[in-house]
Amino acid sequence: MNTLETNKESIIETAEETAVSTQLSGSQAVLEALLAENIDTVFGYPGGAIMPIYDALYDYNDRLRHILVRHEQGGIHAAQGYARSSGRVGVVFATSGPGATNLVTGLADAMIDSNPIVCITGQVFAHLLGTDAFQETDVINITTPVTKWNYQVTDATEIPEALAKAFYIARSGRPGPVLIDITKNAQIQLFDYLGYKPCHHIRSYRPKPVIRNEYIRQAAELINQAKKPFILFGQGVILGKAEKEFKDFIEKTGIPAAWTVMGLSALATDHSQNVGMLGMHGNYAPNVLTNECDVLIAIGMRFDDRVTGRLDKYAKQAKIIHLDVDPAEIDKNVKADVPVWGDCKETLPMLTALVEKKSHTEWLNKFRELEKEEIKEVIQEELNPTTDTMTMGEVIKSLNELTNGDAIIVTDVGQHQMVACRYAKFNQSKSNVTSGGLGTMGFGLPAAIGAWYGAPERTVVAIIGDGGFQMTLQELGTIMQFGAKVKILILNNQFLGMVRQWQQLFNDKRYSFVNITSPDFVAVAKGYYIDGQRINERSQLKDALKTMLDHDGSYLLEVMVGKENNVFPMVAQGSSVSEIRLK
Amino acid sequence: MSKQEFTLTIYTENKVGIIGRIAIQFSRKKINIESISGSPSEASGIFRFTIVINESEEVVRKVCRQLEKQVDILKAYFNRDEEIVWQEQALFKVATSKIAEQASVERLLRQYGAKAVVIRNDYTVFETSGHSEEIDGLTEALGSFGLIEFVRSGRIAIIKASEGFHKKLKEFESEEPVSEMVENEFLDKQEKIFTM
Repeated sequence: MNTLETNKESIIETAEETAVSTQLSGSQAVLEALLAENIDTVFGYPGGAIMPIYDALYDYNDRLRHILVRHEQGGIHAAQGYARSSGRVGVVFATSGPGATNLVTGLADAMIDSNPIVCITGQVFAHLLGTDAFQETDVINITTPVTKWNYQVTDATEIPEALAKAFYIARSGRPGPVLIDITKNAQIQLFDYLGYKPCHHIRSYRPKPVIRNEYIRQAAELINQAKKPFILFGQGVILGKAEKEFKDFIEKTGIPAAWTVMGLSALATDHSQNVGMLGMHGNYAPNVLTNECDVLIAIGMRFDDRVTGRLDKYAKQAKIIHLDVDPAEIDKNVKADVPVWGDCKETLPMLTALVEKKSHTEWLNKFRELEKEEIKEVIQEELNPTTDTMTMGEVIKSLNELTNGDAIIVTDVGQHQMVACRYAKFNQSKSNVTSGGLGTMGFGLPAAIGAWYGAPERTVVAIIGDGGFQMTLQELGTIMQFGAKVKILILNNQFLGMVRQWQQLFNDKRYSFVNITSPDFVAVAKGYYIDGQRINERSQLKDALKTMLDHDGSYLLEVMVGKENNVFPMVAQGSSVSEIRLK
Repeated sequence: MSKQEFTLTIYTENKVGIIGRIAIQFSRKKINIESISGSPSEASGIFRFTIVINESEEVVRKVCRQLEKQVDILKAYFNRDEEIVWQEQALFKVATSKIAEQASVERLLRQYGAKAVVIRNDYTVFETSGHSEEIDGLTEALGSFGLIEFVRSGRIAIIKASEGFHKKLKEFESEEPVSEMVENEFLDKQEKIFTM
């Protein structure tokens, strides 16, 4: 991360009170709040009920960058990508009614993947609430299950406090999306603006549980006695900005560490203790050895069903230590023997201080042995195929060789997502942006646009399938207009591949509506004045990838890959992680 | 784990829509709410809800954690029946002529400790409070004398072992940061759930 970004981040933590006393409109107060929170980018789409805010924005254009997306869903996914690549809060503007309902998928995605997002939606005049007015929807009730907090403002004087709370709630503790719905009259209303006071405390909200020393001691004892300890880490390490604390911990204990899809990039791919990916399409060794370890240390992860497989056969032999900032995650899916509540940025150093320095070489070798088996059965053919058609894996491998693991990899959802997560190389944190919990097809392109604005100095590659790309390809218009230098890599297998794989394996190859046709993606991109090409031959691959990466600006590369390739290994639904299939 | 009756006590901010946030935590797991009542607590601006559900302890514990996670919810406790003192209130409207004529009605009301709230020529409204079974008993008995109308409240409950939370609530009135509560302490030590 460059120093400019780092500085911005530290400024946010200490947002200053702005003391002025002047008449402002509610709309101006909204924009003043964003400036006070050091927000520099807003993704949005105007409409009737949010027009006063857009009118005020006209005068703030020099201080706030507004990216006009092509659909509100694209706006919120872009804000998510921005949040994930920068570690800052993503901000979205949308109008009432359809504008607001178009945010719902993104809110659900941000909720389940803990992205700090603040959405500001316009609403009809307060006196029209509940009258089925034009473009009125009950946005607060629609979004309650998919927001960490939401609030409707009907009076301009509430705006500074509501937004201060919104930003505090969105980014503190376990981050999440917040929606503030502002009626049109409140946006227009003039009031005596007394300045912006950032929020640091809400009496009914405790972002971090109190750390209990006895659990830290118990955890350290278990770790010190363990013969075959195993670490699983998730996005909590990234959200807690605890990558260094995490690395110190694993290096002192010498314990092998495996990641969830959301935790990917928190630890460098080639770290000697990184043993790969967990879960349904994860690596062979970490899945099998989950059921052999004696102490399982889960850090900032939530035992999603895609990670655990069948729960009653999951790590039953192991003592479980669970570190999480959200107390509701402890015992939710897997019962913890030692619950370590708290922010891992604080709990990990406490634990590191108490654990003995060890190496666990023999245990680590066991992972490497099983890895050899996976290489022989799966990885070798995926990365160096003997077939005529290209595999997704070899595309990622070639990409790694060119980016050297320094790029931000944004993925959509499906086979290409699993392949990208399995094989992409990462050197630094906050480099993997994907829709993990919700599995939102269409996430990739808009999220990549946002990720680029969050880290414009970095290379952003959006790896997307032919199905997912067609869900949000209108955001090419956003790239065309504002120039995000997103590299779009479409892996086209002419199928909705993941569903097809399941239909092949579990439904006797009854391919039901997975055969999807595509437009000429390169021509579509050309229509948006974005350069690109399609390739069919392996011999073209390296040059084409290089052309894409070297191109100054956005570029679309469509790679035709094998139609019926499957992602393996695979933990079939209802199976235990140790029953993972290699083919 | 088998299902049984649990009483949840939930302290919240008095905010528009809070009841929706609470209800979602039950409905998303398809749990039916048997009884609900809510009203201001002894601390200004803080509401207290009492909710009765039939569920296994494991599920109730998880629901309480999800409830506490909501920004505007301060605390959520769950208790078995033996850990609480609880009451429901009921109002019965009966034709005055029936009471005047039939002595057994009067005996019935005495037996259930009901008292008259309104007496008119045409009808009389009685009030009683007690456990659901007691109210059920009186309702059934009065039914045979022509009950004109009947209404009962949700359960309200006081937790037997509660000493600390009232004090804590008073601290919240100061609106200032207070010393942190130990998170979910009650989940470890059921018998001392209000120890802060």
